[in-house]
Amino acid sequence: MAVEHSTATQQGDQTRIHNIGYRSYDGPRLGRSYATRSLFSQSLRGSYGLGRSVKSKVLPMLLFVVMCVPAAIMVAVAVATKARELPVDYTRYAIVMQAVISLYLASQAPQSVSRDLRFKTVPLYFSRPIETADYVRAKFAALASALFLLTGAPLIVLYAGALLAKLDFADQTKGFAQGLVSVALLSLLFAGIGLVIASVTPRRGFGIAAVIAVLTISYGAVSTLQAIAEVQDSSGAIAWMGLFSPVTLIDGVQSAFLGADSAFPGGVGPSTGEGVVYVLVTLGLVAAAYGLLLRRYRKVGL
Amino acid sequence: MIATESLSKRFPRVTALDRLSLDIGPGVTGLVGANGAGKSTMIKILLGLSPASEGRAEVLGLDVATKGAAIRERVGYMPEHDCLPPDVSATEFVVHMARMSGLPPAAARERTADTLRHVGLYEERYRPIGGYSTGMKQRVKLAQALVHDPQLVFLDEPTNGLDPVGRDEMLGLIRRIHTDFGISVLVTSHLLGELERTCDHVVVIDGGKLLRSSSTTDFTQTTTTLAIEVTDTDEHPDGTRAVRDALHARGVDVLDSGRGLPGSGHILLLTAQGEETYDLVRDVVADLGLGLVRMEQRRHHISEVFKDSDESTDAQRKEAVGHGG
Repeated sequence: MAVEHSTATQQGDQTRIHNIGYRSYDGPRLGRSYATRSLFSQSLRGSYGLGRSVKSKVLPMLLFVVMCVPAAIMVAVAVATKARELPVDYTRYAIVMQAVISLYLASQAPQSVSRDLRFKTVPLYFSRPIETADYVRAKFAALASALFLLTGAPLIVLYAGALLAKLDFADQTKGFAQGLVSVALLSLLFAGIGLVIASVTPRRGFGIAAVIAVLTISYGAVSTLQAIAEVQDSSGAIAWMGLFSPVTLIDGVQSAFLGADSAFPGGVGPSTGEGVVYVLVTLGLVAAAYGLLLRRYRKVGL
Repeated sequence: MIATESLSKRFPRVTALDRLSLDIGPGVTGLVGANGAGKSTMIKILLGLSPASEGRAEVLGLDVATKGAAIRERVGYMPEHDCLPPDVSATEFVVHMARMSGLPPAAARERTADTLRHVGLYEERYRPIGGYSTGMKQRVKLAQALVHDPQLVFLDEPTNGLDPVGRDEMLGLIRRIHTDFGISVLVTSHLLGELERTCDHVVVIDGGKLLRSSSTTDFTQTTTTLAIEVTDTDEHPDGTRAVRDALHARGVDVLDSGRGLPGSGHILLLTAQGEETYDLVRDVVADLGLGLVRMEQRRHHISEVFKDSDESTDAQRKEAVGHGG
């Protein structure tokens, strides 16, 4: 390779391609935390199809738009009709749009981890400075951030609209902040559940189906049981049932602590005492998901 | 580069490595063994990803048990299995892997372009990997192992699945990794034959035990074998025999090997002791008035060297060499 190739052009010597052979690298090597951050940003971008094929950009972008459009319409209506408040609470928005969020999670969680497992790229990561825990943290953080973007963006639209419509600033800011805390919690919980399911289903199709199944079946079952309990006047049971599906769990937490109106039948959310249990269960699930992922990847190795 | 001291790895059912002590210097080193001989286990331990059951190992002077991350920053690894996502281009993939090795973004791009060119991927590097041939995929796998300019690379069965031409190209590339890039190589293979052309040093393991560790140049170059083929004339209807006898009269013994191969009856093998042997053969053939069809150097096959090392695994190795041929 030490041979020098030259291309003769009209300018003669001015444009000459030198094959300079192998060059060694003695620049900086930024190590483990930089690699983890790189993996985080690559995964986060990947969650919206950036840096991937055009085909894989379609669905996440579409869902993002679908998430934001209703908020924009509500804002338009509120501004046009000079309404005194927004049609939907900040905390309620994600609950209403849960189908879109579930779809997004089902499509992107497998994209994030199943691909690495299926195409056996994982060993390449672990033959580099990062450790198992770094990989899990980067993937978890990336998907949670992607979900937070998805659920937080419409809240920003609502908030901006509310300010445009000259609604009460303090009131709106408080609601907006509560909404953000709620969707942050939701993002962490959903990311954990989605990644755990995806990490045991290397086939992407199965992963998508499994995530949708877990989210919709659990929500459907819990809502049905809650409705039955409502009819039978055993409203004490309604709150406890809410612990068994991710969406109702978040609903419970925010109606107990974040000033939200509960979406439970009868509009009765958990009491403060029950709310503490809701928070503990939510955080416990997030921690459990992290632990399971660590265990899963310790086995994958090389 | 690599030093192990009674390194052992035991799994509940099998012993993958059994008190293996090695000392591997710079250059291209072949790690040969049948499937399941413990080659991949050894690489995992050397990368600090799997703890040894017993003994210790050092890579680049760093202890694998405690300095795993530092080792992995300075070595490259090309796995045996497929490891490439089909929906991204080689460039994007290798850039990402370079960043995962700690290279800043700009350097990662530059090194990726360089490395892909060196492994022989040009325009196709912008296309998704899914459409690549096996040979091209192997090149991408190699590129991701080299992109961060490591001091040492572990190549696990790099010629797997390649056709003879692709195999030769890959072996040539492996040779260049050391000679042109200055990177030491540990390459595994279950084919003994193909490593003799490539490696400076060959380590043979079997059942987790060290069978032999020696420099290839030691025994393949110091005693060069000459292959001679001559024509027959009316005076000497069997020219081959005439040369053999004439050489014998001058005190040079013709080796017996090569029997049983097609055409071997017409080829004489003898050990060259230096310049004189060539002159001697020339004179003998000229004196007899025969035509010299060929006189070529033949390197010993490593298989011949190992033939006398351990009878019990001999058959297995022959088989491996057979596949390599």
